[in-house]
Amino acid sequence: MSVIRQDVSLASIFWSELKSALLATLWMCLLAFPLMTLTINPTEKTFIFSLERMPYLAGGTFVLSILWRFFLKRRAFQGITKAVHQSGGLPEDLTKGPKPTWVTVVMGLRHKRLGFFLLLAFTIVLPFVSSPYTVNIMVTALIYVTLGLGLNVVVGVSGLLNLGYIAFYAIGAYTYALLNHYFGLSFWVCLPLGALTATLMGLLLGFPVIRLSGDYLAIVTLSFGEITRLVLNNLEVTRGPRGISYIKPASFFGIDLNAAPKEFLIKWLGVDPSMDINKIFTYFIILALVILTIVCVFRLENSRLGRAWLAMREDEIACQAMGINRTRAKLTAFALGSTWAGLAGVVFASHITFINPASFSFLGSILILSIVVLGGMGSIPGVILGAIVISALPEQLRFFSQYRMLLFGALMVLMMVFRPGGLIQSTRVVHIHKTKGNGQARLKALTGAPKPKTGGYS
Amino acid sequence: MSPADQYPRPKGGHDLILNAIGMSMVFGGLVALNGVNLSIERDSVTALIGPNGSGKTTFFNCVTGIYKPTRGDVILYPAANLPSISLKGLPADVITQRGLARTFQNIRLFNNLTVLENVLIGRHCRMEAGLWGALTRNKKTRAEEAAGIEYSFDLLVTYGLDAMANELAKNLPYGDQRRLEIVRALATEPKVLLLDEPAAGLNISETAALRDLITHIREREKVSILLIEHDMSLVMNVSKKIYVFDYGRLIAEGPPEEIQRDPKVIKAYLGED
Amino acid sequence: MTYFLDLFMSGLTRGSIYALIALGYTMVYGIIALINFAHGEIYMIGAFTALLASMVLSAQGMSGWGLLLSVAVIAAIYAGMYGWTVERIAYRPLRGSSRLAPLISAIGMSFFLQNYVQLAQTSNFVLFPDLIPQMPFLKPIAGYLNRTQVIILLFTTLSMVALTLFIKFTKMGMAMRAVAQDMTMARLSGVNIDRVISSTFIIGSVLAALGGVLIGCSMRQIYFYMGFLAGMKAFTAAVLGGIGSIPGAVIGALILGFAESFAAGYISSSYRDVVAFIILIIILIFRPEGIMGQAQTQKV
Repeated sequence: MSVIRQDVSLASIFWSELKSALLATLWMCLLAFPLMTLTINPTEKTFIFSLERMPYLAGGTFVLSILWRFFLKRRAFQGITKAVHQSGGLPEDLTKGPKPTWVTVVMGLRHKRLGFFLLLAFTIVLPFVSSPYTVNIMVTALIYVTLGLGLNVVVGVSGLLNLGYIAFYAIGAYTYALLNHYFGLSFWVCLPLGALTATLMGLLLGFPVIRLSGDYLAIVTLSFGEITRLVLNNLEVTRGPRGISYIKPASFFGIDLNAAPKEFLIKWLGVDPSMDINKIFTYFIILALVILTIVCVFRLENSRLGRAWLAMREDEIACQAMGINRTRAKLTAFALGSTWAGLAGVVFASHITFINPASFSFLGSILILSIVVLGGMGSIPGVILGAIVISALPEQLRFFSQYRMLLFGALMVLMMVFRPGGLIQSTRVVHIHKTKGNGQARLKALTGAPKPKTGGYS
Repeated sequence: MSPADQYPRPKGGHDLILNAIGMSMVFGGLVALNGVNLSIERDSVTALIGPNGSGKTTFFNCVTGIYKPTRGDVILYPAANLPSISLKGLPADVITQRGLARTFQNIRLFNNLTVLENVLIGRHCRMEAGLWGALTRNKKTRAEEAAGIEYSFDLLVTYGLDAMANELAKNLPYGDQRRLEIVRALATEPKVLLLDEPAAGLNISETAALRDLITHIREREKVSILLIEHDMSLVMNVSKKIYVFDYGRLIAEGPPEEIQRDPKVIKAYLGED
Repeated sequence: MTYFLDLFMSGLTRGSIYALIALGYTMVYGIIALINFAHGEIYMIGAFTALLASMVLSAQGMSGWGLLLSVAVIAAIYAGMYGWTVERIAYRPLRGSSRLAPLISAIGMSFFLQNYVQLAQTSNFVLFPDLIPQMPFLKPIAGYLNRTQVIILLFTTLSMVALTLFIKFTKMGMAMRAVAQDMTMARLSGVNIDRVISSTFIIGSVLAALGGVLIGCSMRQIYFYMGFLAGMKAFTAAVLGGIGSIPGAVIGALILGFAESFAAGYISSSYRDVVAFIILIIILIFRPEGIMGQAQTQKV
């Protein structure tokens, strides 16, 4: 066998890459030319011509294009090595687990239990030592964690692209807002009711559309999200775009937390005097909800039902051939995902005390989707990381916030191209054969069969 | 014959496990299957051969409920003392529960799940835990889960895949993937196993091992097998009866020796003249 | 009666514009089975480019038919360039990956382009100039049809005819049909798949840009978010007609245009958008293959 070797020198690679990068830069500048240099002034019907953005654009594109080409090549190379491994060309140690990446190290996933307790201690102490502003951000972040984990069941685990997830969040929020506004029902009554309403709406939408395949399902859910928003915007009961204000925050057995307990907290724990103690309470409610969600999602993922979802995501035909009722699996995934959106919605309404349809636009669905995509589809720690990165970071970095939406878009494309598994790729639970030998003996007793020859295989 | 037997068993002393009667499948204007009758004897290997596009896989899809056949009926005789069941119009998952399991021509494993999980999913229809069980992880669910894992491990041990139990299915070598697909199908505790070209892409020694595997499944697991295969030496070696399809029709049936001599079969494979 | 006629004409023109956008969806879907979420954004970029071009050109003293045509050509060229680039960046590297990946990438691209235009230009509504020249010979039918509607119908009809001829009679058109039928077989027969896909994106984008110019002329205002809703509706039209079918997209778009126009006229204009979405859900549930489409059996 002869190997054809092209004469490749480092210099020639350098020049050809440089040429491609320059061409890409030129192309992008050309592409961006009118939109980036001419700015309309709509009031005076004039435009301003300025080239000052162009050097930044050119420099940025040049660097990005070099990185883009480098990573694409690297990806292709990794693909080839994997194919070689697969065909048995190179020995690969199959007993080794996935290599630790920087993410797993930073997130403490190497020492799971320790990392978990540190994280828990940190989250419990946090509201007592930080400012009201931070607590607000953390509540929002935790709401997004819940939403992300809920959507993860639908998109990440079951492979159903739901682009109208925000609608179920809206349904939860409006359930509480309306019941509180018109009937004065409390948060604790509405929390299960909101979850229930969202679940029922999930089922209601699920029944007819569940036969649809991936991309059609995406479109129908997107439409559903838009219809929900438009209806909320046009109904009298929901007070249209004016929304509903003065929603009561969650109460702690009817005790006014901003009275006596606050004095106590300020005095003994040194809590920020400007803190609204109700917010701390909301923080703990959503924290408890997040923990409950994590436990539920983890248990689901490693159950008979969860495996059915995973099988459905991997291969719809094969999953049916394995005796899985596809319709039922889809419906449960869809409805359960909605349940968490409903729960998060109720908490959101009680946290923000004012909601209107504008809080539930398509943008919200995209935001939650990017949490799941960025974090890692199907990976619980990934989604948590994704939620924190996407909801909390922009608040801290002002510069970032202006470009945040732009970056989300770019991030979704880049993640799909270079790291479709997300920041923390989901890993499967390792099972150990507890009855080693024993089971084999049992099977032998059952069939009386010796182990068949398998040496010729592999 | 049990009194509840809706579909009388054919006379002639053959103990059938599956009987497909007058199966037809029309796609648009194309007749992919045209009134095919095929029966499988209990505890035997039956083979289905024919040129490409002769309707073999379509037949599989019709029997296993992936397609809804235009006409025809499939009757399963689970055991000599159990009533027969018609599989007509049942969805694929129910058919699997009734005791038909299959593999696919192009391997369809759950690639991003572990080998063990693939087999566990095969156990799905023999397990019961639902949403409540999954969320509460009660005693019953835990016991069922443990039993499922043990059962799957046992199967993997028997078929020599236990060393890779926690490896993702997509990382397995090709031959092992084929074998895993068979093991996954066996996990559903089938009465009839339908194998769609299991030897495709295997080398000579792997095919020999596959022959042993098929014999083992038939003899020890008491599973009747219907096999689509192009490898004639394998087909002639393992099967008791062979059916030959051409252009969606059944053109010949009989034991291997007869089929080898049948002029119609030779014509279908080699053409006129 | 004149009210009815008004609604009819507005439905017809609305439908024509949807048709121009819907063709891009249907062609791309026909070839690579991808919902190109960024397509609505290409339409929006077409409209913005047209606005900028018209400002620059009219400052140079251009007017009348010359101005309209040059603006349309510039918008079409730019949109084509954007369409090509979007495919190269967001879809080509994902060919052969899971089904969800290109869809998410498409949503990301759509989001990126929206925010790019918002940041580069403005998040407000912008006035679009009246580019359509006066046409004195329209006097006799002015009561039924205004000059903008005439231009919209004319442009749309011409584009449809050109597209049909292109698909039917050119080599590239034939290659497109071949790739839509069976990509592997087409590749084996020596068709350059990459070129065919690129051309499909470019043609779709050009048509969308024309739609953008026409909607600008007709609504007289544009904004960065306009692509989302129009894209959704055009997609509805494509699905209604049977996704992958070119005449289907046109028929679907016209039906949707009429439905919206009459719903807005006789029910309430605030529910116009709801109508489109409800139609979409109903079709997808009861006849997912659309009016002109064929039910497909999944290969196993």
